Amino acid sequence: MSPALQLENLSKSFGRTEIIRGLNLDIAAGERHAIIGPNGAGKSTLFNLITGRFAPSGGTVRLHGQSLRGLSPYQINRLGLSRSFQITNIFPRMSVFENVRCALLWSLGYKYSFWNMVSRSRALNEGADAILDQINLLARRDLPAGTLSYAEQRALEIGITIAGGADVIMLDEPTAGMSNTETDYIVGLIRKVTEGKTLMIVEHDMGVVFGLADRISVLVYGQIIASGPPAEVRANRRVQEAYLGAALEDM
Amino acid sequence: MTDRAEHPAARRRYGGLTLGAVAPWVIGALLLAVMPYVFASNSAITIMNQMAITIVFALSYNMLLGQGGMLSFGHAVYMGVGGFGAMHVMNWMEQGVIALPLPVLPLIAGLFGLGFAAAIGIFSTRRAGTVFAMISLGIGELVASSSVIVVAFFGGEEGVSGDRTYGLPVFGHDFGSQTEIYYLIAGWLLISALLMYLFSRTPVGRMANAVRDNPERAEFLGYSARWVRYYSFCASGFFAGIAGGLFAVNYEILTAENLDLNTSGTILLITFLGGTGFFFGPIIGAIVFTLLQTVLSLHTDLWQLYVGALFVLTVMFFPGGLAGVIMMHVPPWRYGKVRALIRPYLAAVLPAAVGLLGLASFLEVLFHLRNAARGEEGMTLLWVHFSSHDPLVWGVIIVVTVAAFWLARRNAPALRAAWDFANTPPGADEARP
Repeated sequence: MSPALQLENLSKSFGRTEIIRGLNLDIAAGERHAIIGPNGAGKSTLFNLITGRFAPSGGTVRLHGQSLRGLSPYQINRLGLSRSFQITNIFPRMSVFENVRCALLWSLGYKYSFWNMVSRSRALNEGADAILDQINLLARRDLPAGTLSYAEQRALEIGITIAGGADVIMLDEPTAGMSNTETDYIVGLIRKVTEGKTLMIVEHDMGVVFGLADRISVLVYGQIIASGPPAEVRANRRVQEAYLGAALEDM
Repeated sequence: MTDRAEHPAARRRYGGLTLGAVAPWVIGALLLAVMPYVFASNSAITIMNQMAITIVFALSYNMLLGQGGMLSFGHAVYMGVGGFGAMHVMNWMEQGVIALPLPVLPLIAGLFGLGFAAAIGIFSTRRAGTVFAMISLGIGELVASSSVIVVAFFGGEEGVSGDRTYGLPVFGHDFGSQTEIYYLIAGWLLISALLMYLFSRTPVGRMANAVRDNPERAEFLGYSARWVRYYSFCASGFFAGIAGGLFAVNYEILTAENLDLNTSGTILLITFLGGTGFFFGPIIGAIVFTLLQTVLSLHTDLWQLYVGALFVLTVMFFPGGLAGVIMMHVPPWRYGKVRALIRPYLAAVLPAAVGLLGLASFLEVLFHLRNAARGEEGMTLLWVHFSSHDPLVWGVIIVVTVAAFWLARRNAPALRAAWDFANTPPGADEARP
């Protein structure tokens, strides 16, 4: 079986600056894979390359063996890959419920139809409520999403990301800017809602990374210098030198 | 799966038609039906026809601006193309080329609008924001200027005119009278408004809101922001075309004026004035604007100045428009606290209104002093006849205006406090002294 996500010799330059330099990585189906690395290593760029926000300068991204070359974000999403954003990215003027319901529309086959009423579909509305229940936002159901607290908006962001039923979920720093309690809460939530799916996560909080991930890849200057189970990565000399030394001593 | 019986959502009902959802439409239909009996004069019916056409046009514009986040400076083009198309079909009916009942004409006009929007939208909806606005401006200018070039369709400087009474009779009506036309227009208004409302509840209509709020996020949910905009754009063009068809049926003439930037700008103003955030906003905007345009303009030459001032004040202080002002009162209503607002409103809004009237009187008297024919000093304002050269008049106006504004300003803090109180949910205000 081909890996869920396969990056082959991927590269990206902005002008003369090479951000991603010939990167290779396989992520198996069902794996929880964390990408860590110092600031400016290219983690967010890597996410944007995989999800079609940027076009790679070279190399290929494969989703379940299929090349994503030349596809737009919405086409990639339809193939079963969904992502969240580092900066909260929701529909602020729409209700919490509507946010989730919009995220369900395509996967339930509604496409651009103008002959269905969204209020009449049981699957759609119950599906949206079930997601809200999962992310514990049922009580906020009818509020404009923009009025939620920061942690609630992050939870909604995750809810929108998973709603469409994608089997590859990519989360970009889901706990950024959160207190310890909020972080614990979100980690529990991620664990719950990505059960049985392939997860790729970028995260700065080492507690989150080592608690959640099956495998960790360390990205430094656009290349992966180590990839493996947490214990192995932790013990890796190059990783310690390049990046982790200080962070790991705190643990 | 989770146990649905335990699920709070399982008890929620979906899709049922509720009284609250149907009532506004039934009331609207009844209101449209009885209006010609309440306001039976010819001029009133003329005004109501104009109002209804403007409502359809404004609602179609809000499909772009309010629902889809597309600011268009050239929406008149789609109404115009629909209207000109309808005029040609009307002329064919007169010449006996085709036989159709008149009430079908707005639908044909809608298809003209749809066709034109489908062609333009292919490239104009690639981007929202400034790019979309600039393209709409360019297309608007292009079509307006081609009205004297493509004479076969736009009829050159004199436009295209016709006679609506040659359609197949419908139950013996030939639509010669204004009242018959009123019911034709009212029927189309009701159908169009209902369809536009229902469009906003469809998957593509919901995604139009999502793309308006955050196009990038929508792309990562499987939807192309561009195609979502395109479908809204086409739908909007269709209903603008229907408005054009109603215009053709009502006035029996379309000219280059129906296409120009002035018309496009006016519909933007009307929609914003009424409020883009609520479906019924443009309806209020169209009603208020048509009244100002038809009634106020009979009484003063300065009416456009007042409309402009009203627009600026709305944009500055009530970005939600008149509909937003109405909906602001829903929370106090829910909390049962509207009564707490009545006295402060009277104390602050009444003097403010007097002050504004005073200011307007000042402008009117000044305008009369500068523009009336030499030797003509008498003028009538608010049912009072006086001389615009009389210093006493000037003194009274200035004193009343200043005093009224002073009073309004003095009572404003009390209104603000009452407003805060009325917007606090009951129970949360226990802590208040």
